[in-house]
Amino acid sequence: MPELPFPLPSVQQVIFVLIAGLMILGALTVVLARNLFHSALGLVAAFFGAAGLYLVAEAEFIGVSQVLVYVGAISTLITFAIMLTRGMMFGATSPRNRQSGTAAMITLLAFVVLWALVSTIPWPQAGEAIGDGEAIIAGLGRAFVNEYVVPFQLLAMLLLVALAGAIVLARDRK
Amino acid sequence: MNWSDTLIQLQYDLGAPQELSWLVEGITFFVGAFVLANAALVLALLLIWITRKVVSRIQDRIGPNRLGPFGLFQTVADAVKLLSKEDIKPTTADTPSYLLAPVLSVMGVLMALAVLPIGAGLIGTDLNIGVLYLVALGSLGIMAALMAGWGSNNKYALLAGFRVVAQLLSYEIPMVLAMLAPVLLIGTMSMQGLVQAQSFFLGPVNLGVGWFVFLLPGAFLIYFIAALAEAEQTPFDLLEAESELIAGFHIEYSGMKFAMFFLAQFLNSFFLGAIAVTLFLGGWQGPFAGQIPLLGPIYFLAKTFLVYVVIQWIKGTFPRVRIDQMMGFAWKVLVPLVLALILAQMVILKLPLPLWINYLLVLAANLAVVATVLNIMGNYFQSEQIRSKRAFEPKSLIGTMQPVQSSSGD
Amino acid sequence: MLSQWGFVLVLSAIAVIIPVAAIVLGHFLGPRRPDPIKNETYESGVETFGDTWVQFRAQYYLIGLIFLIFDVEVIFLFPIAVAYQGLSFFSVIAAVTFVLILILGLFLEWRKGALEWD
Repeated sequence: MPELPFPLPSVQQVIFVLIAGLMILGALTVVLARNLFHSALGLVAAFFGAAGLYLVAEAEFIGVSQVLVYVGAISTLITFAIMLTRGMMFGATSPRNRQSGTAAMITLLAFVVLWALVSTIPWPQAGEAIGDGEAIIAGLGRAFVNEYVVPFQLLAMLLLVALAGAIVLARDRK
Repeated sequence: MNWSDTLIQLQYDLGAPQELSWLVEGITFFVGAFVLANAALVLALLLIWITRKVVSRIQDRIGPNRLGPFGLFQTVADAVKLLSKEDIKPTTADTPSYLLAPVLSVMGVLMALAVLPIGAGLIGTDLNIGVLYLVALGSLGIMAALMAGWGSNNKYALLAGFRVVAQLLSYEIPMVLAMLAPVLLIGTMSMQGLVQAQSFFLGPVNLGVGWFVFLLPGAFLIYFIAALAEAEQTPFDLLEAESELIAGFHIEYSGMKFAMFFLAQFLNSFFLGAIAVTLFLGGWQGPFAGQIPLLGPIYFLAKTFLVYVVIQWIKGTFPRVRIDQMMGFAWKVLVPLVLALILAQMVILKLPLPLWINYLLVLAANLAVVATVLNIMGNYFQSEQIRSKRAFEPKSLIGTMQPVQSSSGD
Repeated sequence: MLSQWGFVLVLSAIAVIIPVAAIVLGHFLGPRRPDPIKNETYESGVETFGDTWVQFRAQYYLIGLIFLIFDVEVIFLFPIAVAYQGLSFFSVIAAVTFVLILILGLFLEWRKGALEWD
């Protein structure tokens, strides 16, 4: 075999690039589609991509949670919101408005900040496997009810507040 | 010994180079996934035949009986017919979502195959989070229904799409919580681990009858009811309410595209039954399954087909419920009951008592839930029976005529 | 662990190819006689009027919202269930409190009529 000028990418790297491509494509659809439902579908594709990235990073619990919460619940909610409003559903909307320039600037700024952060953090080089997946999940469960019991209960309160918000929504209707 | 390890070893024995391990694994996975997916397609043909036979027997008909022995090849002929149908796409349909919806719907169902344990060592891949993976796949079905409903650009399709999504969302919560009960009991989400835990040793011999349904009948019942709703089966087949919605969110689909939705629905019922078997009915466990490995897949398939026939039996005998009743049943009966059940199990199993008393208390809590659910359902169907009898009795109409309570629209 | 998900990846590819192949095959095997009437939206033979949008009830959105909240809760319960056997009694009480707060939420919804489908 002739010597290659660059190392052959590993399977993980190829999969990563494919998923990243899917995410970028989905994100572009969200921003550029003239039809709001297509934007929502692009968002779903991006969510799936994020789940895939978590799986590549061996965080299977977070990856599956991502699909459950974001694809199953949040994107359904967004689609419902789009469909409940007549004008948003069928009229072709322009992807640009007066705020596009400002939005582009802010996005660029956020990118620069993120880039600066990512490139300065000394990332740990994971040489060894993380370990048994089952033990990781059990560790997560233990952490919820031991070290992080206060944030965990606060989270329950937050969800309760969200439910109360849903009640306000229901009462407004009547 | 896992099937994939065997296959990988075989390839190395045949002289595959060690450096190409990713290719060897890829080939192994491809062979496994290909066999599984195509077996599922053949299975779907059989499932449709079973449904038609069971339902027609209930309705005092014979059912398909011309093609092949017992009409077994009727579905094959139907599939060929659907292949030869014109591929119609409504001009006003939104092409990407209209075409993607049937693909997504089949994909969401077929991917469940990855974690169904068919026998000892016979599982696509034994994920650590197998149970959650199965739940997450439901999201694909929800997206498919939304895309089909919206993409068809048809009022009825959109309405049915909304309805079915509301139904899937509402019943997913009790279903997932019921699946939590066995996980809580043994502390693993791996499907193979759940099956292993349901063995029952009599001396050195594994009789394989330590099924969780004997300890958690309440969780099983709630899972089963929720699974009926998730599979869009009677009494929760509101999307097929012909009188109101024509045919559901797939009204604009014809030919092979319709066949895809059809396929997904039948396979989904079967797989939800298979999950019930895995979580509560011992999976591939059974007498002597440990000694004779071949018995495992036989037990698994026999149990799953039995559950499937029960689902079809319900299809043939139960009336359809109204949408408000259906939503009320999910949120006001199933969710509170299953939450109470999980709480009870969490507390009871940590009580400092002898283990058998703990188990007895869990069983008592489950039996209480079973009694409550059956009581509520019994009252409902009884009142429905009285109502429909009144509606059809001529003499009761005279003088006392009052409008039958109309079902709420959307 | 990654190779476990490799199987899922391969299966998902096959699960996409099968329906696509079936639909493409059906497209080429079937006749093609497009007709403006046939390709119209089918609404029981009645001519379609207006656009597809009909007045949807906000109830759908509400159900989606309640589902989202319970979904998040369930996801937190799964790791606890896996860890359950090694937990102390007081840790379990923490988990029980978590569920109880959400039952309180469900009860509130019920009392305020957010679960009525009318």
